[in-house]
Amino acid sequence: MIRFDNVSKTYPKQTRPALRDVSLDIEKGEFVFLVGSSGSGKSTFMRLILREERASTGMVHVLGKDLARLSNWKVPQMRRQLGTVFQDFRLLPNKTVAENVAFAQEVIGKPRGEIRKAVPQVLDLVGLGGKEERMPGELSGGEQQRVAIARAFVNRPMLLIADEPTGNLDPQTSVGIMKLLDRINRTGTTVIMATHDQNIVDQMRKRVIELEQGRLVRDQARGVYGYQH
Amino acid sequence: MRAQFVLSEIGVGLRRNLTMTFAVVVSVALSLALFGGALLMREQVSTMKDYWYDKVNVSIFLCNKNDAKEMPKCAKGAVTKEQKEEIKADLEKMDAVDTVHFETVDEAYKHYQEQFGDSPMAGNITPDQMQESFRVKLDDPEKYKVVATAFAGRDGVQSVQDQRSILDQLFELMNGMNAVAVYVMILMLVIALILIVNTVRVSAFSRRRETGIMRLVGASGFYIQAPFIMEAAVAGLIGGVLACAMLLGGRYFLIDGGLALQEKLNLINFIGWDAVLTKLPLVLAIGLLMPAIAALFALRKYLKV
Repeated sequence: MIRFDNVSKTYPKQTRPALRDVSLDIEKGEFVFLVGSSGSGKSTFMRLILREERASTGMVHVLGKDLARLSNWKVPQMRRQLGTVFQDFRLLPNKTVAENVAFAQEVIGKPRGEIRKAVPQVLDLVGLGGKEERMPGELSGGEQQRVAIARAFVNRPMLLIADEPTGNLDPQTSVGIMKLLDRINRTGTTVIMATHDQNIVDQMRKRVIELEQGRLVRDQARGVYGYQH
Repeated sequence: MRAQFVLSEIGVGLRRNLTMTFAVVVSVALSLALFGGALLMREQVSTMKDYWYDKVNVSIFLCNKNDAKEMPKCAKGAVTKEQKEEIKADLEKMDAVDTVHFETVDEAYKHYQEQFGDSPMAGNITPDQMQESFRVKLDDPEKYKVVATAFAGRDGVQSVQDQRSILDQLFELMNGMNAVAVYVMILMLVIALILIVNTVRVSAFSRRRETGIMRLVGASGFYIQAPFIMEAAVAGLIGGVLACAMLLGGRYFLIDGGLALQEKLNLINFIGWDAVLTKLPLVLAIGLLMPAIAALFALRKYLKV
């Protein structure tokens, strides 16, 4: 599903690489935590998968495609098979919950009938049934993140990328979000989640990939947040 | 692609940026109006050239009896019958000459009254103040010099005049005005383009949240850019329509109504409505395409995949 072969990334005008010689495989259906302190290269790792950046050296394969050889105009097609969730939700404040989710389908040209069917379904799945017409501003942080997850999942992606999805949420709400991500994972969707949340990582006992100053320092099958704990 | 979705996004974008949109519309309208005006002016000059070059000739004005005191060339008094016949014979012998017409004093008076009958001066002119002249049509208008040198110094000839040179001064003036219009147009066009680029960037910046999400869910580059490009195109089209209105209004005001040049200068044949109408599609097409292309370039930097 995802393969990194000796991937390094150095941003222009910077001497220190953001990612150094990272090699790893992520299989279909896996749930992977990506941990590491700020500046360790987590975001660069995510951006490479989304093809927002290209690797300086090495090869990145996502969904069987070599991203270096993927032409620009084919990138949108590839991204339709990925879902993304962020710490800051990134909802459109002037659209309702249902419109926000439908937006992800409208912009890729899904027929209206399909959208009408899919949106309530996915909102039910994330536990927001009946809140279709609310505005994002009226919802709690946890609910807003659920909308974002619904939007990421409505096109049934093969891969869900979550960049600190619980970063802005209290521990109890975070647990709810994790349960939801776990449920999505059980449908066969691969989930990659960058996080600083030690408790969550320790509880879930999933694969943990740790980056430190751009290097892959740990890849543990049923890992915890850090060795010390 | 869902047309309704795209259209609603365009409406939102144009309204959000109302002042900038207004500036774009005005600058596009002005530059296109100048562009169309310059085209029409050129056409006016060429219609006038076609019409007048055909009609103008070389005039050999002959001395009348009043000229004797004022004009040194006519010091020997009015032209005699022999001199006239001699000139006529010599003219007809020349290769360069096509036709020769002798205009009598009465004819000259009649033409004068036709041309200037309305002006207050006309009442004071009497037929005996008019001059006899030979109106010579040349095979090749460029051969004017040959005729001029052959007859200018002759007894009984007051002056030789090439009417074309008078017209050429007028055409030069019109072409000069045309050139100024073109320079102003280029300047306005540059301003319009800068405004469009700026407007599109502001618009893209204010909607970076939407476009960021669109990118992430895999909307194609074209789908993301289309609303911005169409926004610019719609503003440009409005500008183009205004420019068309200005051209039509301008022609009406100058030629028919308002200044009513058609009545005042009935010797000039002005360009018709058809000349204006045939320019409008071009003006509209440029108004539509130019901002769209400018927007495309502006977005390349801001909305990459």
